[in-house]
Amino acid sequence: MPEQSPSPTGSPPRPPSESGGGVAATPEVVPATDAAGPSPPDSVPEAEAAGHGRGLGVMAWVAIGWLVLVVLLAILAPLLPIPDPVNDIDTNAFLASPSSGHLLGTTSDGHDVLSMVIFGARASLIIGVGSILAGFLVGGFLGILSGYFKGRIGGVIGSVLDIFLAFPNLVLALAIVSFMGQSIRNIVIALAIVSAPVLARIARASTLTWSEREFVLAARAQGARHARIMWREILPNVLPAMFSIALLGIAVVIVAEGGLAILGVGVKPPTPSWGNVINDGRSDLADAPWITLAPSAAIFFTVLALNYLGDVVRARFDVRESAL
Amino acid sequence: MSRRAPDAAPVDDGRGASGATGGEAPLLEVTDLVTHFSTPRGVVRAVDGVSLSLRRGETLGVVGESGSGKTVLSRSIMGLLPKHNVIRRGSVRFDGREIGDADSEEMRGLWGTQIAMVFQDPMTSLNPVMKIGRQITEPLLHHLDITKKYARDLALSLLSSVGIPEPERRLGQYPHEMSGGMRQRVMIAIAIACGPKLLLADEPTTALDVTVQAQILDLLQKEQQERYMAMILVTHDLGVVAGRADSIAVMYAGRVVEVAPTRTLFAAMRMPYTEALMRSIPRIAEPSHTRLKAIHGRPPELIDPPPGCRFAPRCEYVQDRCWKEEPPLIPGDEPGHSYRCWFPVGTPEGEAARERNRAAGSAAPANAPEAPAAPAAGAVAGA
Repeated sequence: MPEQSPSPTGSPPRPPSESGGGVAATPEVVPATDAAGPSPPDSVPEAEAAGHGRGLGVMAWVAIGWLVLVVLLAILAPLLPIPDPVNDIDTNAFLASPSSGHLLGTTSDGHDVLSMVIFGARASLIIGVGSILAGFLVGGFLGILSGYFKGRIGGVIGSVLDIFLAFPNLVLALAIVSFMGQSIRNIVIALAIVSAPVLARIARASTLTWSEREFVLAARAQGARHARIMWREILPNVLPAMFSIALLGIAVVIVAEGGLAILGVGVKPPTPSWGNVINDGRSDLADAPWITLAPSAAIFFTVLALNYLGDVVRARFDVRESAL
Repeated sequence: MSRRAPDAAPVDDGRGASGATGGEAPLLEVTDLVTHFSTPRGVVRAVDGVSLSLRRGETLGVVGESGSGKTVLSRSIMGLLPKHNVIRRGSVRFDGREIGDADSEEMRGLWGTQIAMVFQDPMTSLNPVMKIGRQITEPLLHHLDITKKYARDLALSLLSSVGIPEPERRLGQYPHEMSGGMRQRVMIAIAIACGPKLLLADEPTTALDVTVQAQILDLLQKEQQERYMAMILVTHDLGVVAGRADSIAVMYAGRVVEVAPTRTLFAAMRMPYTEALMRSIPRIAEPSHTRLKAIHGRPPELIDPPPGCRFAPRCEYVQDRCWKEEPPLIPGDEPGHSYRCWFPVGTPEGEAARERNRAAGSAAPANAPEAPAAPAAGAVAGA
């Protein structure tokens, strides 16, 4: 999977190392990996001295830090000393304001808001990452295929993608979820269907330019098959562009989940998600704004972080391409 | 007006080229190859009836200016053309096998292992996100039934063979970490990796620094000789092929206008275009600021070329007949020499033609270049 951090060996920033990752190089793993093997930019002075190293910048590390925090909290939620968001009801505190017992207050049912936001991160992240991952695989596949075979195959795939792109996204997602039922899995599928054409578009556009490059012809002249050329030669070059869009896509999908929840087709209520916690607090907005504010803030900062990182990724790879 | 049919016959004379290998059958025999592209503006006759032949161990230089069809020729021989809107006719025999009508599935059996190509721009012909080592070993592993370890060893020896220092380290590098000359060396290593019999080098030095060009050409020559390959060296620079090719084919507007063993071509060229090319090479002996003798005008449109000799609008020797009738490939005095000209350079007719034009106030060069179309031709011919 693509490496974000400058490699500690002092060599210049590498293009995504292609080793075996392939399409499976998933965007969502990034925060986790960075947490696992943090190599802060200032720890590679040689790279800087060589003039190759470009630090990510403080803001990017803040963004990564936030995402790591959110992911860790979501993963470790059951182990944290917080009340269960579904079963634990504090009968002494309905609509309680933030206090030492309930850091972010409680809902009208006596649920702890902090706990709902933390557990809600699980649903929201699964939906965000899951649907973009699926959209990434399907869209990337279709996009590269249609960009590489410009003839009939490309035309047919392109038209189908255009049809999907012509639907208003949220309406399409809403229709699919209402039709299939309100489970997390179905929401993931719906949002994947909405996001795949967008990612396919990026993959297609990128493939169109890369497949004109001489190294593709050179690979053919060495007897490589189409599948091999697409997989080995084109895919690694298309990934950076798709990757940066995918990061933005996760942000969009997390927001979309909130939209679906407010339209009443989000994650079914006992299971918290950021969207349905916001929806939950909507009726009590005047009396207990914290219920809505907490998940909104979570969405806001997560989306901000993802957008920022998406820009960072794009900027880095743009520079590399133009320097070629 | 003379069609392709007459061209084919003299081609066989082309095999007398001064190769070291006398009686061997040609490895590559191109007969009457036609490659046209259908475009919205009309049919572009990029390659229009070209015939060549080449034995193992020989180098053929294909020379021509931009747009003369030399790159299309090499890709057409190799079968590396786009699928759509291409008209390809004629015969390409490789190693006794007809591949003129082979589809890419069939060609894939030849690509890399039998025929390989070195491309013009080493900056774009290597995959920027793949390590050099992978790019060399990939075709090896693909074509030969060998282990990864052995492929790596082969890659190492290939890299040292093409003159790359520290091959161990280079294997792990990306293309952007190497200079243009180094990348072209890598490209050559990749091309020769699977031991092809025919190497097509499509302007292999055009994108390189002048100081590196000679090294790369020497390298190509060395590999060609060591591996006993046939090589087609496509270039726009006569100087590049002068010392390296056994024979030279000069292309103009999609046709071979003169083909001869290198020595013959330089000593006794017949085609005015060859002469003009030769004169446009700068010479060290000349005082500085000597004006280069450029060939005025531009090559003709390859869509709907005018009748007659395609070089007529730019020719010093042009006569009435040149505007009307296209000369066939006429065999010259030396074996393997043939040319398309009614008034060849160095013959009494040619000299007379040039004198006439000079006397007429260099009619052709002054009038023709801006209006190479048929009506203008009539006007010039009348002068």
